[in-house]
Amino acid sequence: MSNADTHPILSPRQSYADVTEQLAAIPLHFPTRRTWLILLIASSLLLGLLFVSATVLFATGVGIWGLDIPVNWAFAIHNYVWWLGIGHAGTLISALLLLLGRDWRNSLNRFAETMTLFAVTCARIYPILHLGRPWFVYWMFPYPATMEVWPQFRSPLEWDIWAVLTYLTVSVVFWYIGLIPDLAAARDRARRRGWQVFFGVLSLGWRGSAVHWQRWHQAYRLLAALAVPLVVSVHSEVSLLFASGTIPGWHSTIFPPYFVLGAAFSGFAVVAMIAIGLRRLFHLQNLVTDDHLDVLGKVLLATGLMTAYGYVFEVFDALYSGDAHELQTLTDRVFGQYWWSYWGAIFFNFVVLQPLWFRSVRRSPWLLFGISTSVAIGMWLERYMILVTSLYRDFLVSSWGIYHATFWDWAIYAGTIGLFFVPFLLIIRLLPVISIFEVKEVLHDEKKELAHGQ
Amino acid sequence: MANEDVYGFLAEFETPEALVEAAKKTRAKGYRDLDAFTPFPVYDLFPVLRLRDRRVLWLGLYGGLFGCAFAFAMQIFINYDYPINVGGRPLYALSAFAVVAFELTVLFSALAAAVGMLALNGLPRLHHPAFNAARFGRATKDRFFLCVLATDPRFDAQETRDFLRTLKPASVELVPS
Repeated sequence: MSNADTHPILSPRQSYADVTEQLAAIPLHFPTRRTWLILLIASSLLLGLLFVSATVLFATGVGIWGLDIPVNWAFAIHNYVWWLGIGHAGTLISALLLLLGRDWRNSLNRFAETMTLFAVTCARIYPILHLGRPWFVYWMFPYPATMEVWPQFRSPLEWDIWAVLTYLTVSVVFWYIGLIPDLAAARDRARRRGWQVFFGVLSLGWRGSAVHWQRWHQAYRLLAALAVPLVVSVHSEVSLLFASGTIPGWHSTIFPPYFVLGAAFSGFAVVAMIAIGLRRLFHLQNLVTDDHLDVLGKVLLATGLMTAYGYVFEVFDALYSGDAHELQTLTDRVFGQYWWSYWGAIFFNFVVLQPLWFRSVRRSPWLLFGISTSVAIGMWLERYMILVTSLYRDFLVSSWGIYHATFWDWAIYAGTIGLFFVPFLLIIRLLPVISIFEVKEVLHDEKKELAHGQ
Repeated sequence: MANEDVYGFLAEFETPEALVEAAKKTRAKGYRDLDAFTPFPVYDLFPVLRLRDRRVLWLGLYGGLFGCAFAFAMQIFINYDYPINVGGRPLYALSAFAVVAFELTVLFSALAAAVGMLALNGLPRLHHPAFNAARFGRATKDRFFLCVLATDPRFDAQETRDFLRTLKPASVELVPS
């Protein structure tokens, strides 16, 4: 295909039958039951913590969190942005690289998209928890209310629910449309009645007809073409939650691209972590190769440098504006109460990233996993920094204040990690974790190139 | 000579290239009601089988246009029905409405294309004659099947089988409907 300049990313010695049996066997004859069960129990405990904390929250109110005036937007929005950003990489890998014809995406897109679904779910619950009265969430929708009021469509807070619900819906549809042929492959491999019915119903009776493939191909590519601008629009819109306000440190035109790139950066880090974890868990080294890690390392480095450009420009923006409050916020960020979040972001997102310039580091699963973890932490600190350092000292000295996260802030955050992993682990238990037919497409292209003698 | 009890012939090939070659020859022979079953999309096959249905893309376009129009109409109506003056800014602020308009354009376009694709393909359909074929399970694994449907005017239980044999398939199977 398009990357004729490189050597094949998958070994062309494996046959279509090999990869089909290998990948369909993961749900049908699940290997690593023990490890999986331990992970599931640990995640379920975290999920249990989320239920407990949410119950306490609803019974008591958002006062159990550390937020107060002036920092009245804290963990709820901070972790919302963080989770949503992680989700974006799944869509970018899947949709953008599909349109660009990058073969290496075909080993990663399925679990990256699955990651998107649950990261967005984790993000989505935060604004609802933050409402304080979550049973009124339907007030966000335009319905003919007896009070004859409507939502305010000129506010970014209203845009948000439309953007994120659209994103979640389109992500589910794109994921499922891409999954149907693999569900059919698993159906035809299944021997036990229960699995046959399960995959039979979910695959909707897909039979791989050429007439169907032709329409499927159009729908899949159209969805991809829609998903790419959608990702950009969603995280730009999230940044407008901040940039539309006049708070110093937020009111800047750099915010939309700065947020989108940071989102892709953190997401690619988590994709790399999941790729490394899954290939170890299921022995998928033949499909998620060292070459894949190499490419992921390069993408991580590139998006990291773009994010670093955002850091530089944020400082420039404040200095160039000459605005007293902007300069004050800049000083607060670098030397203020929360200096650790600023320097932590620089360290974990930029300094730790630098070894990725070396090929041997990119191809080492352990090192890449470590650097990716660092990026996830660094991006978490960055979102914290952007949020809290702008709010805790704004225009009036009389309204300055300090924010500290409470136990319940941390409990809910830890709980969302359970909310992410429990469904993710169930999906990798029940469905093909790597796209079977797309891997076979790559093999086909490689075999064809080999036959032509390059 | 169409037969009511027969769905068609399935000829099995080991590579997509062999399938495309066979499909070309079968068309040249005069057969028109052809289909194929493959584990992944074989793009070279689409022009051979004259598959150029672009309705999915049109549905996506119509869906998008509808979503966009709907979003603007909804937001304009809401500001007409319940005007809120925010610092004297315009009520019908198209730039502020653009975000929701874009999201709904994407949402309706994606749903129209996805649902339209399934509907045009006649899915979900859990039972189909092709599943009766003994070796059909390999169509989702590693084999590429050419199908001559019994509805084809040139279809003949003996003649068609003899012709398909000349294409050197791995197997030929008559599939009951």
